[in-house]
Amino acid sequence: MSMPAETSAPEFLSETKDGVLRLTLNRPESLNALTGTMLRGLADAVTKAGRDASVRAIALAGAGRAFCAGADLGDVKMRMADGSFEHGAELRKAFNPLILSIRRIEKPVVCAVQGTAAGAGASLALACDLKVCAEDAKFLNAFAKVGLVPDSGMTWLLPRALGLSLALEHAWLSKPITAQQALSSGLVNRVVPAAELEGSVGELLGRLFAVPPLSLALTKRALNRSLEAASLEDQLEYEAQLQQFLGRTKDHAEGMAAFLEKRPAKFTGE
Amino acid sequence: MPAAESAAEVLVERDGAVAVLTLNRPKALNALSVPVMKALAAALESAETDEAVRAIVLAGSPRAFAAGADIGEMKDLAGSGEAEAALSEHLARWDKVGRCPKPTIAAVSGFALGGGCELALACDLIVASETAVFGQPEVQIGVIPGAGGTQRLTKAVGKALAMDMVLTGRRLTAREALAAGLVSRVVAPEALLDEAKGLARRIAELAPLAVRAAKAAAAAAADRQLDAGLARERGLFYRLFDTADQKEGMRAFAEKRPPLFKGK
Repeated sequence: MSMPAETSAPEFLSETKDGVLRLTLNRPESLNALTGTMLRGLADAVTKAGRDASVRAIALAGAGRAFCAGADLGDVKMRMADGSFEHGAELRKAFNPLILSIRRIEKPVVCAVQGTAAGAGASLALACDLKVCAEDAKFLNAFAKVGLVPDSGMTWLLPRALGLSLALEHAWLSKPITAQQALSSGLVNRVVPAAELEGSVGELLGRLFAVPPLSLALTKRALNRSLEAASLEDQLEYEAQLQQFLGRTKDHAEGMAAFLEKRPAKFTGE
Repeated sequence: MPAAESAAEVLVERDGAVAVLTLNRPKALNALSVPVMKALAAALESAETDEAVRAIVLAGSPRAFAAGADIGEMKDLAGSGEAEAALSEHLARWDKVGRCPKPTIAAVSGFALGGGCELALACDLIVASETAVFGQPEVQIGVIPGAGGTQRLTKAVGKALAMDMVLTGRRLTAREALAAGLVSRVVAPEALLDEAKGLARRIAELAPLAVRAAKAAAAAAADRQLDAGLARERGLFYRLFDTADQKEGMRAFAEKRPPLFKGK
């Protein structure tokens, strides 16, 4: 079988290996600007990974020198000219399902950010569970510069991560956030030299794999839910429901036994 | 046929004074076909006549409580007469759930659409998992709810939201359903059966005659003029089988393509 011509290289790469679904934005010549094909393909891949027992975690990355420059403005401009582009419809159809799929999948999603993460690209990074940055990473929120509001979940996630004042300053004034600032304000988890980015993600995934999968899954769900919980009472009740379920699992029994016997636990995901 | 799907259509489990009836066609998303509803009606009748049963839980599968009626059984019905002849006994099984004298609790996880939503609505109360989705999408395939949806939904959530749902097929999430009063509790999917059974057990421990009276009295408010409304709904439902749009809608659904309605 002949390889497709170079010009038709896939816009994102998808590979499952050793329990990790690796999704790589693959338009380095355009700083991985997001197209409809990429967004829908990524959302689909994430959703399917949720049902695929061979996938235990997702690693998201961008090929080349930038993580992602956001929406493909060339594509937007062209489609606005021929009248086939509507901002609201585009978000509902392509961007929002991807953001929701990442927040909803009950498996860890770790992203590696180098260079620029701008606009919806920053939103995409922000939507991931854990973020590892190269020292040159930079989050840019340039929506206001073109007369728009931050989208793809940015207005939901950013104030929760940064607090309202810093979020507003970042969004209003399009003030970039450097990797170090992102680290000190709790926006990302780690900053490493660019050469160590992949290794750092791998190390993080290895540590996640040592945790019982149901704990990972339900902890993510419970923390997600806490952002919208009506009250402490409501969330306490939710914790009780999950704990009642987890308390009957084999992995809980194994974890307790291993702790008491002072040996490493062997979890099976049951 | 896969082994799981060749087992009984409805599983019956007894837990003290609580009977749990579980729709057991998970791969078909518990489509409420004639055999499934027959099995459900039979199981319900046993639970009703068994004096030791004080409360009944009706459950589905994690992905679907019930995703609707079996459209395949209806799509080729030639007209209103044939539809009524073919479906009246079938639809009466939903009415039977609504008339059950013992407290009924629907435990809804995943899809409760069309006939599935109507089945949940026919129960006294609904406990939902966070994954629950409620909707009456019939209008999208050229018909209307025919098993009580237009009546019970309007009473449950009020006119505006019910109209929004039956006129557009809009779906409600568990949280929206809770806010609208369609369900009384929302819990984690893992906790759904515990919650529903716990609720049924609490009811079962109370004075049986008082429970029966409380149910009858509350039903007198909730179900006021229900029979006339159900008759009106069913008449309108059957008449839509005289239309070309019903045929187009159901065929398009079966063929997984968008329908082309002509108003005929």
